[in-house]
Amino acid sequence: MSDSMAMRRSVFDGMTPIRVEGKVTAASLPFAARFVFRGDAKAAAACSKAFGVTLPKTILQAASEDGRSALSLGPDEWLLIARDGEEAGIVAKIEKALAKIPHALVDVCHRNTAFTVTGAQAEALLASGCPLDLHETAFPVGMATRTLFAKADVILWRTGTNAFRVELWRSFVPFVWGILAEASRDF
Amino acid sequence: MLLIPCPHCGPRPEIEFRYAGEAHVARAADPGAVNDQDWAEYLYFRSNPKGIHFERWRHVSGCARFFNCVRDTVSDKILTTYPAGEKKPDLGTLMKEAGR
Amino acid sequence: MSLSLRTAKSGRINRKKPLSFRFDGQLYRAFEGDTLASGLLANGVHLMGRSFKYHRPRGLISAGSEEPNALVGVDRGNGRYTPNLRATQVELHDGLIAESQNSWPSLAYDVGEINNLLSPLFVAGFYYKTFMQPKQAWKNVYEPVIRRAAGLGKAATAADPDHYASRFAHCDVLVIGAGPAGLAAALAAAESGARVILCDEQNELGGSLLAELHATIDGVPAQTWLEQTLAALVAKSDTVTLLPRTQCFGYFAQNFLGLAERVTDHLAQPDPRLPRERLWQVRAKEVVIATGAHERPLVFPDNDRPGIMLADAARIFANRYGVRAGGRAVIATAHDSAYQAAIDLKAAGVTIAMIADLRKEANGPLPMAARAAGIHVETGTAITGSKGRLRVKAALVGKIGTDGEESVPCDLILMCGGWTPSVHLFSQSRGKLVFDEAKQVFVPGHSAQQERSVGACKGSETLIEALNEGFAAGRDAAEKAGFAKGKARKAKVSGVIEAHGGFLGAVPHGHDVNRVKAFVDFQNDVTAKDIKLATREGMHSIEHVKRYTTTGMATDQGKTSNMNALAIAAEALGKAIPAVGLTTFRQPYTPITFGTMAGHSRGDLFDPVRRTPMHGWAKAQGAKFEDVGLWKRAHYFPKAGEDLHAAVARECRIVRETAGLFDASTLGKIEVVGPDAAEFMNRLYTNPWSKLEVGRCRYGLMLNEAGFVMDDGVVGRISANRFHVTTTTGGAARVLNHMEDYLQTEFPELKVALTSTTEQWAVIAVQGPQARAIIATLVEGIDLANEAMPHMSVREGKICGVPTRLFRMSFTGELGFEVNVPADYGQAIWEAIWAEGEKHGAVAYGTEAMHVLRAEKGYIIVGQETDGTVTPHDLGLDWAIGKAKPDFVGKRSLTRVDLVKPDRQQLVGLLTVDSQIVLEEGAQVTLAANPPPGTSALGHVTSAYHSATLGHSIALAMVASGRARIGEVLHVPMPNGAIAVRVCEPIFYDKDGSRLNV
Repeated sequence: MSDSMAMRRSVFDGMTPIRVEGKVTAASLPFAARFVFRGDAKAAAACSKAFGVTLPKTILQAASEDGRSALSLGPDEWLLIARDGEEAGIVAKIEKALAKIPHALVDVCHRNTAFTVTGAQAEALLASGCPLDLHETAFPVGMATRTLFAKADVILWRTGTNAFRVELWRSFVPFVWGILAEASRDF
Repeated sequence: MLLIPCPHCGPRPEIEFRYAGEAHVARAADPGAVNDQDWAEYLYFRSNPKGIHFERWRHVSGCARFFNCVRDTVSDKILTTYPAGEKKPDLGTLMKEAGR
Repeated sequence: MSLSLRTAKSGRINRKKPLSFRFDGQLYRAFEGDTLASGLLANGVHLMGRSFKYHRPRGLISAGSEEPNALVGVDRGNGRYTPNLRATQVELHDGLIAESQNSWPSLAYDVGEINNLLSPLFVAGFYYKTFMQPKQAWKNVYEPVIRRAAGLGKAATAADPDHYASRFAHCDVLVIGAGPAGLAAALAAAESGARVILCDEQNELGGSLLAELHATIDGVPAQTWLEQTLAALVAKSDTVTLLPRTQCFGYFAQNFLGLAERVTDHLAQPDPRLPRERLWQVRAKEVVIATGAHERPLVFPDNDRPGIMLADAARIFANRYGVRAGGRAVIATAHDSAYQAAIDLKAAGVTIAMIADLRKEANGPLPMAARAAGIHVETGTAITGSKGRLRVKAALVGKIGTDGEESVPCDLILMCGGWTPSVHLFSQSRGKLVFDEAKQVFVPGHSAQQERSVGACKGSETLIEALNEGFAAGRDAAEKAGFAKGKARKAKVSGVIEAHGGFLGAVPHGHDVNRVKAFVDFQNDVTAKDIKLATREGMHSIEHVKRYTTTGMATDQGKTSNMNALAIAAEALGKAIPAVGLTTFRQPYTPITFGTMAGHSRGDLFDPVRRTPMHGWAKAQGAKFEDVGLWKRAHYFPKAGEDLHAAVARECRIVRETAGLFDASTLGKIEVVGPDAAEFMNRLYTNPWSKLEVGRCRYGLMLNEAGFVMDDGVVGRISANRFHVTTTTGGAARVLNHMEDYLQTEFPELKVALTSTTEQWAVIAVQGPQARAIIATLVEGIDLANEAMPHMSVREGKICGVPTRLFRMSFTGELGFEVNVPADYGQAIWEAIWAEGEKHGAVAYGTEAMHVLRAEKGYIIVGQETDGTVTPHDLGLDWAIGKAKPDFVGKRSLTRVDLVKPDRQQLVGLLTVDSQIVLEEGAQVTLAANPPPGTSALGHVTSAYHSATLGHSIALAMVASGRARIGEVLHVPMPNGAIAVRVCEPIFYDKDGSRLNV
């Protein structure tokens, strides 16, 4: 375990943090366990029990419980997030519970990586690349969706009035980070 | 930039979508039974109307679902959208709803 | 500074803050709040530019963004040079440096003015008429000369050192224009609680109120009302965004609008963190257009001399900027508003020599007020010309219907042909314009989007109408956006006098029409005569007249000229104005910079640059990279002194002799999971999958529905319900989209799901006879022996303690493994394998060596051997087709007549007769060495390399009936003679594949 941790490298290594004092901060998040879960309502119900978080039935919603989260990104698609190191246990539990229910569970722990954007200007900074209306009336706390940031696909999840979590594929990090860094000069 | 009402996610900006050609062009259940002429029609011939067009889009940077859309190719107005696999809506009813 | 040109008091300039600036090298003084235009006028400078075609001396005619003449270049240092800025919009700051354009050696003595004397040559359409013969001369003589002479201003050549910001914005109500109508609309909408954006192109919000000295609104002076209104809007900063210096340049579909905000150009010492400009891409639920109106010039002979300007512009310079544009003015008008200008200018100290009104009578309240103020008014009187060169010296005026003409000395001629509503944005929104016969203007008619126009841009002529329309529109817009209906309000206005009138077309005069120039479009030097000529020469559509004469083109897009041009054309054609119609109003409203359009998308941020987890290692080793899609891939790893060929030859040799490491992480990966996974694979790939054992791999071939190869890759069966599919690097997104398309719309009954895992895995290919030995010490829990893990198999286990999906496969023809590890471990595992490899003398190889190695084995690359018209049979891949399968995507098409023709191009190998000549990829293959012109080629070379292993040049090609030609000598014609090639099987090395199964 400790050996493999030493071998693991974050794509955020060497990137300059983005911080405009009192206005907005973007900071990478630690490693996490992540899975794409696909299945119908029955599968989702069974998965909810096994995972310990009720998978939201309504699209574009996030639910969290005890450090684990489920984001409904499509009519039959959820992103499951848990603490780093919990991967094996989660796979075992879900596959056992759904042995007879059609579903798909795919490990994307290393495909995705994540950072937060927080502060009074978080919404405005994200609006430099995201075409969605991020006003809290249109994008309330607890909403999560795939969308675009400039030319990169990202998952945007509002975790608080002034806090967002951004999930994205690892190779797009330098591009997204570069635009955020330049855009942050405007605040 | 159009605002396209995804049947799953609601109105979203056009750049999240990818166009996918004409809708309701059904693939034969048994392609082997289709003659050459009809197969060529299926592969290559599309209606390309000036006016109301039934077309497919994919919300690729959103829910990733393919869906159908009824759009006026002259005004770019979208009359309705509905999930893939649903029956083709009646144009007369749609026009009435749109007040045209 | 000539203090005598400043008015005693009025204006919004800060007289306590003097500043200096340079224009054409000359130092001038002005005040904070001045524009370059008002600053120059305050110094008595009217000559600000030279016209485009005739190089005639020009002064400014307007005070705003419609200015066609006073175009200047502004140099902000370090390559920050912006041409074609309107002097009326350039805000002065201390130290500003500007220069005039289109003149040499100087503005006052311009050699190009010769064009004015040669002007009989330069009639409308002169390009098309003059430069016809001889034919060759166009390319060699005319075009180069014309290109040198054409164009206004000079573009900066250095890279732009500034950065530009870009924001998406959403609001309930967007109000465009912050004059009285726009302010009222914004206030009313904001009071309902709506999210409001109010933008205006000027540096200050207020529009016409900024120059308004007489009106009172709701009992307070107009400028006080303006302050109070802005304060009320600022107090609602949670929901209201005020954007001065922000032009709405385009109105697109579904209330999507582009705004360009100028952020730093007006600052002497801008904060370097700030962007120069900001692009706002706004989606508004409702839009209020309050863009005002433009005053029209009068079209009379020599109406373009410096010192001739629009009447209201002179009033704005006096009232807002505290500048008298001249000492003695003649005012030529057909609209009452010029009388207000006369009254205000007189009060500011300008002598009004006379007002010449085209109308028979002018007895409205404003003309009466002017007369009462002692101003000399002549009605039924036309301005018929002007005198002067670098500055006007006199106006010629005469009674209409007589030949008499009087010369009235003056240094300022003010003209007013009435007002043209600024309907550009409404028109861009695809709304229909209608012609208001009474007012003789086009006004907004039927709306195509959620918008409404208010105030002068819809033809309303009074302040009270503007305010009340604004209040009502703001209230209505907020309500339509879902907010409670606010309370209705009405403004109380006093102190302004109504103004009416207007005139379209050319002013009548007694001069020889062929000898005078009465300008319609100042920027393009288009005269009334040119437009009449165009109609005589057959241009009956206004769009044709525009293109033939260039009227209404270029940076001002006809803001001041369109209506006069239209009226002249309509008269010449004997048609009514609406029957001739308007030309299209194009975006942008006024020019915007490329920087604003590009925003953050430049340099490294233009596109995402994707790097693999091992990129850093390759970079440290000195690898050269190539772009593949968005990815950077290691192309080759040169040692000191090696070029591409030497490096690739060494890399290939060592892979075949020992082993090599290759970063294959960019290959697309898709996890296909579910009880129907095998059935789904059966339908999407040509191959059969049901019987593929868990732990085994198969080369998969994917067709589109037309039967053509679209992708390929090795697929491993991880479990009964789970396939690990690989795709080409460039095809990853396309293949997933294609799979999703069929799954969602054609085969929705299949219980299977697709997930992209391209970036989950780092992939290290270890290829070569020593491959097994290299990884053996690192792998745990997998028996690597040939019998236990044969060619084309996959196992799950660990390597260096981290999980791996280990594939035994080969794209080189050697014993090979592809080590998949979770991406964050990629570099560490690569380094561990590399350390082992070095003990064996292994090499790191790049994509070029990979290409050579696979070509030696005749493995195709989709997109290189194929071009979207190639079938499996063409490639000799029939063995990959599951013939027993009832259906798969593309199967039906494979039996179409054209796809089974015997003379289709087929994949073959080519060996050059001279073994050292490497063919060019893309070169044609022919039967004869020197085929006569018109002969079809048999095919083309798809891949060509020097094979160090074989000591011979090799190539793959698509050749008609190629397999039947094996052994034949064909030719590849090149500029230096044809190259003879012998057709062979498309495999050059280890034909029986024995090296794979060791």
